[in-house]
Amino acid sequence: MTMGITQQIIIIAMVVLGTMLTRFVPFLVFPTGKPTPKYIQYLGKVLSSAVFGLLIIYCLRDVSLFSRSHGIPEFMGVTIVVLLHVWKKNMFLSIAGGTIVYMVLVQMIF
Amino acid sequence: MDENKELLNLTSPRVYNHMNKRNQIWIAFRTAFPYTVPIFAGFVFLGIAYGILMSSLGFGAIYPILISIIVFAGSIEFVAANLLVGAFNPINALFLTLMVNARHLFYGISMLDKYRGAGKKKWYMIFGLCDESFAINSTINVPKHVDKSWVMFFVTLLNHFYWVLGAALGGIFGSFIKFNTEGLDFVMTALFVVIFLEQWMKEENHISSLIGLGASIVCLIIFGGSNFIIPAMLVILGLLTLSRKSLEKAEVKTI
Repeated sequence: MTMGITQQIIIIAMVVLGTMLTRFVPFLVFPTGKPTPKYIQYLGKVLSSAVFGLLIIYCLRDVSLFSRSHGIPEFMGVTIVVLLHVWKKNMFLSIAGGTIVYMVLVQMIF
Repeated sequence: MDENKELLNLTSPRVYNHMNKRNQIWIAFRTAFPYTVPIFAGFVFLGIAYGILMSSLGFGAIYPILISIIVFAGSIEFVAANLLVGAFNPINALFLTLMVNARHLFYGISMLDKYRGAGKKKWYMIFGLCDESFAINSTINVPKHVDKSWVMFFVTLLNHFYWVLGAALGGIFGSFIKFNTEGLDFVMTALFVVIFLEQWMKEENHISSLIGLGASIVCLIIFGGSNFIIPAMLVILGLLTLSRKSLEKAEVKTI
């Protein structure tokens, strides 16, 4: 923990503000009965797959391919999650399996 | 005592209405509960993982509890855990939140009509419009004699409760955990990979998913780990806007 309490509160307030904007804006901006702008409808449809791609990269942003563990634990962890999920489609199994493999790798091998 | 007297006197219209309303609400609760059972397991599991993660980062249980109450949006809460231990950058936090949660705009747009008749409850239901509440409330069918707006209210409330319960359990018991939690933060990566895969398997073409991955990797290489988020978001928005015509055309073709 490097931030002071005031800075923490500001960060959390930003997260609350951002979340609530995305939830309340449609009800405040688009009165019922009027069609929603086509561009907004389009973004609502396509943005979320792109954003989760971004979030995966965000999680892996500190992985260095050229030093330390060369990103091998991360690569193995993600591979396990993908294989488990394609195989069983069980969210718990995929998340728990990948995380355990990753923890074992970083604690015992790398 | 006065209340008891009134309850016995069923001919009083005021009391009759009051009882009828309470009964309606109870029926709505019982209708809503079974729909939320599958969410229970998922939210308690993820909530516990979130609480333990916060605890392993050095935050007391009060942090995950309060944040899960006032934010109630799983993905961004995991991201917020990272934001709280990084450099202080509120603008970055706001933009990241807006992008991560932009899909809620779409949920809101779809629920405009469904939430319209809900009165004051509507404001809480909008506040709690997470992925799972949307998934249930946008598809739920209730019998005619049940008040649908109360059912949707209880779906939201129960989901919120499960999430806070998990986060509280994880936050409180996380501090007692003695095993080595190094690498536990991978739970967030795994969660996003799973959501990404779920969308991948549902979508008709993968252009948007690939834009998200590709633009982020390129921006990460150019701008580095602490500065790539905002450029990546702008590039994603730009590319999605540019490919709008071809994506919408592709959609028409598949229909």
